[in-house]
Amino acid sequence: MKYLTEFRNGEIAQSMAREIAAVTTRPWKIMEVCGGQTHSIIKNGIDQMLPAGIEMIHGPGCPVCVTPLELIDKALAIAAQPEVIFCSFGDMLRVPGTEGDLFQVKGAGGDVRVVYSPLDAVDIAQKNPQNQVVFFGVGFETTAPANAMSVHVAKRRGLKNFSLLVSHVLVPPAIEAIMSSPGNMVQGFLLAGHVCSVMGYWEYPPIAAKYKVPLVVTGFEPLDLLDGIRRCVMQLEAGRHEVENAYERIVKFEGNQGAQKLLAEVFEVTDRAWRGIGVIPKSGWRLSEAYREFDAEERFHISGIHTEESPLCRAGDVLRGAIKPAECAAFGKECTPRHPLGATMVSSEGACAAYYNYGRFLSAEELAKTVVSCQ
Amino acid sequence: MCLAIPGKVEEILTEGDLRIGRVNFGGVVKRVCLDYVPEVVVGDYTIVHVGFALSKIDEETALQTLEDFRAMGVLEAELESEEEAFARAALTPQSPCPDGSCSSQ
Repeated sequence: MKYLTEFRNGEIAQSMAREIAAVTTRPWKIMEVCGGQTHSIIKNGIDQMLPAGIEMIHGPGCPVCVTPLELIDKALAIAAQPEVIFCSFGDMLRVPGTEGDLFQVKGAGGDVRVVYSPLDAVDIAQKNPQNQVVFFGVGFETTAPANAMSVHVAKRRGLKNFSLLVSHVLVPPAIEAIMSSPGNMVQGFLLAGHVCSVMGYWEYPPIAAKYKVPLVVTGFEPLDLLDGIRRCVMQLEAGRHEVENAYERIVKFEGNQGAQKLLAEVFEVTDRAWRGIGVIPKSGWRLSEAYREFDAEERFHISGIHTEESPLCRAGDVLRGAIKPAECAAFGKECTPRHPLGATMVSSEGACAAYYNYGRFLSAEELAKTVVSCQ
Repeated sequence: MCLAIPGKVEEILTEGDLRIGRVNFGGVVKRVCLDYVPEVVVGDYTIVHVGFALSKIDEETALQTLEDFRAMGVLEAELESEEEAFARAALTPQSPCPDGSCSSQ
């Protein structure tokens, strides 16, 4: 595989990698939280440039992958109703529920539409007063301002046929859950740059202090990632645990305050299940009392849908680095990319799917073992 | 969906109760809500996520990021049309990540 870094800024990247190697005296495990960063690390071969002791652990992946099975099932139930126009980002189309996905609902005659912006769904509601229009509001803090504005605008315009199926997840409680889990191996975090462009990083100093863990706000380009890793390793080597901003040209400490103001008005904190990981306390947002009438879960009386996550799935242990995917009894048997149990198999960026599809992180011996266990 | 993409604001309009910009992402132009970035004026660069501008950025950073995202193959997925999204889904048995990266590995 030819890495992108070889084509651009290759020399600067190599010299940054050498700098990381020079300051590294022992092994460290660093987690990048965001799926976009995971993608860039793999595409650019960043992990291959690091000294042997520095291991990048891929975080919960992406909001699509961690969306709990129950909410996917609720989305499928709503989208199949005849009067409903169900709007979603394109990436949710192929996320499997207990039975089928949104793409199949459309194939069976459901009106499922892909929109670029949640505001497009509000426009569809205005143009189709005879239909109920539902937007599937998934995402981390980066996406929340868009979803918040859509429901705010719908309320301002007095739309009675628009609602939001909300599955928002939050980064800080996920970091706390990982740090406080038994057997945690993660020693430092790269914070997701675009989440922080909205939220700033004022929420993080108490987490760095409580768990004595360095947190570095990091971007997505190869040099940004290397800089974030370098700063994280330097803190670890020096025994420091601070919040540092390696993405200053985009992220300010206070974040986007206009967005945060509307988020506080439209959403409130709630417990949220993460696919294959389980419920993380106070790790999501739902609509606040003032906007509850726009909650699709209430409007469509689907509270009867309760889907248990598989008890076999050990995605949480994989994410923490406590076990390798092949050590999970369900790996390659009950759990495959086509029938994923947890977030780490839903996305092919996820550790389990990467093992399954590419054997990327395996030695020849391990790979042979994995292939056997798949059969 | 994880990523915010830099673009240049070419025009600003008032559409009803919203401040909307026409933003150019290296050739692809989209309607973008500018309500969260009141400081942005025509000619500025801003990072945009699912149709919302989140932060103003300088031109040099914008152009470099755009080029890097294009090289990583994530631009198309972020800016795809509805038809393209369904065509991609038809070809993808496994769900892609928000940045469309899963099918590209």
